[in-house]
Amino acid sequence: MIDVRHLTKRYGEVVAVADVSFTVQPGESVALWGPNGAGKTTVVRSILGLASYEGFIEVAGLDGRNDGKQARALIGHVPQELAFYDELTVFETIDFSARLKRVTPQATKAALARVGLTSHLTKAVGSLSGGMKQRLAIGLALLGDPPILLLDEPTSNLDAGSREGVVRLLHELRSPSRSMLLTSHHIDEIGLLADRVISFDAGRIVLDCGPQELSDKLGLHSWLHVKVATSAPAAAAAVLVASGFPARLNGSGILVEVSAQGKGAALRRLEESGYRVVDFEVWR
Amino acid sequence: MTVERDLVLTVARRELSDTIRSKLLWIYAGCFGVLASALTLTGLTGARLASQGGYGRTAASLVALVQTLVPLMGLTLGALTLATGRERGALRFVLAHPVSRLEVLTGTFLGLATALWGAVAVGFGLAGLIGALAGAPGSPVSLLALTILSGLLATSMLAVGMAIGAGDARSSSALGLSVLAWLLLVFVGDLGLMGTALATRLPVSALFFAVIANPVESFRIAAVPTFGSSLDVLGPAGSFAIDTLGGSARFLAGAVILAWIVIPAAVSARRFARSDV
Repeated sequence: MIDVRHLTKRYGEVVAVADVSFTVQPGESVALWGPNGAGKTTVVRSILGLASYEGFIEVAGLDGRNDGKQARALIGHVPQELAFYDELTVFETIDFSARLKRVTPQATKAALARVGLTSHLTKAVGSLSGGMKQRLAIGLALLGDPPILLLDEPTSNLDAGSREGVVRLLHELRSPSRSMLLTSHHIDEIGLLADRVISFDAGRIVLDCGPQELSDKLGLHSWLHVKVATSAPAAAAAVLVASGFPARLNGSGILVEVSAQGKGAALRRLEESGYRVVDFEVWR
Repeated sequence: MTVERDLVLTVARRELSDTIRSKLLWIYAGCFGVLASALTLTGLTGARLASQGGYGRTAASLVALVQTLVPLMGLTLGALTLATGRERGALRFVLAHPVSRLEVLTGTFLGLATALWGAVAVGFGLAGLIGALAGAPGSPVSLLALTILSGLLATSMLAVGMAIGAGDARSSSALGLSVLAWLLLVFVGDLGLMGTALATRLPVSALFFAVIANPVESFRIAAVPTFGSSLDVLGPAGSFAIDTLGGSARFLAGAVILAWIVIPAAVSARRFARSDV
């Protein structure tokens, strides 16, 4: 669905993206991962035609430069920085976007219902919470049910509660008929939302792999402190060690090292071995 | 590239609504209305004291007011709208939709132009109302013609302002450049040309064409005959215009103003198409 070939973007002397190539297949969800300034947002802006670039970008076979308008008709975009007109109501904002996308009122209602904004139509956008604004952005991106979603740091600037809700919503949007390209620097979010991760550093691709492989390669491990309902926690720890989880006793519980994506696996292993997990904490 | 009318109108409506909500437009409209009304009243009072029919003098004052204030309105609104839209991310929001840059630029231009014509019409409407209540002898047709010419001047200055803001300029730079353009067109173009003509003994024909190339001066050449005055009041260049072009001078001036709409608009489209948002 998205084919990026030899993409280079320069800002004067500064090369923000250097000879980057990748594809996103139909139904695939790909995350661009990397620190701030790595070039992820520049790639998204180039795909949308918001920035000039060297190289080639195709969206569903449409040339990004010459057929940008038609290509954007296939894309729903959630920007990193929400730039709504604060004085407009939610309805006015959606109506403006729907007119530009030529979306019917029925389809607009469906998108609103999906993100839970139907009861907020008369509120000014400026009065919405960060989480609600993000839901509005996702609702706008879903107008017309586009086959491609471009999500640029969709959970940045959100508190933990709002972030969880937005990630859950985005997870529900994954579908075999929809491709997703998202940027993020939250590895846990990527693990839930992406099939593949392309890691960026200083405008270049340094890794293209699965989320689990990325967290392994980066050594992104956490420590779980687990309490199990047993009088012999040493035996439970031994089960974990035998299953490949570095574990040791710690006070009344077991301290087990897990990858960012592997917390559930350690807990499941204990349960499968007959040790009921009473409580656990994540120690980073 | 096809420009779809309904997309352009959607952007234009949004821009008009946004501009009407902006303080800058209301400050300009208020200043213009108050000054136009004040000039009308003082012009009429002066004319009565001198026992002369009064509207020509009032109209001349209004022309001077338009020459000063309307270019500033058009230039700053045009330059700031695109530059602040880029800084606030509003342009990114709009351009991420299936709409072309030309459609967004055209819609923005139409929305701003409508707001400017509205501001000019309010100012002249107030002046006309006060003039009518005070029993001014002027013709409403003259005032309407002056309003239309002022609207055209505002549109041409808007196009120049948008050409300034369509590149990658920040809003502070765009504002600075638009004020510089205002100074050049309104003051340097008039006083500077007079000084240069005297110092260099510029031929009258060259002086006339240098004058008429400036849209602000073209506005004056087109506006002066609307209230029954002769172009002689503009000095040697005006006399040259009467001798060589006769009544056609005002049409040439009108064509110059239109050219100052079309050419900067084309420059805006070219710059906007290439800029990052």
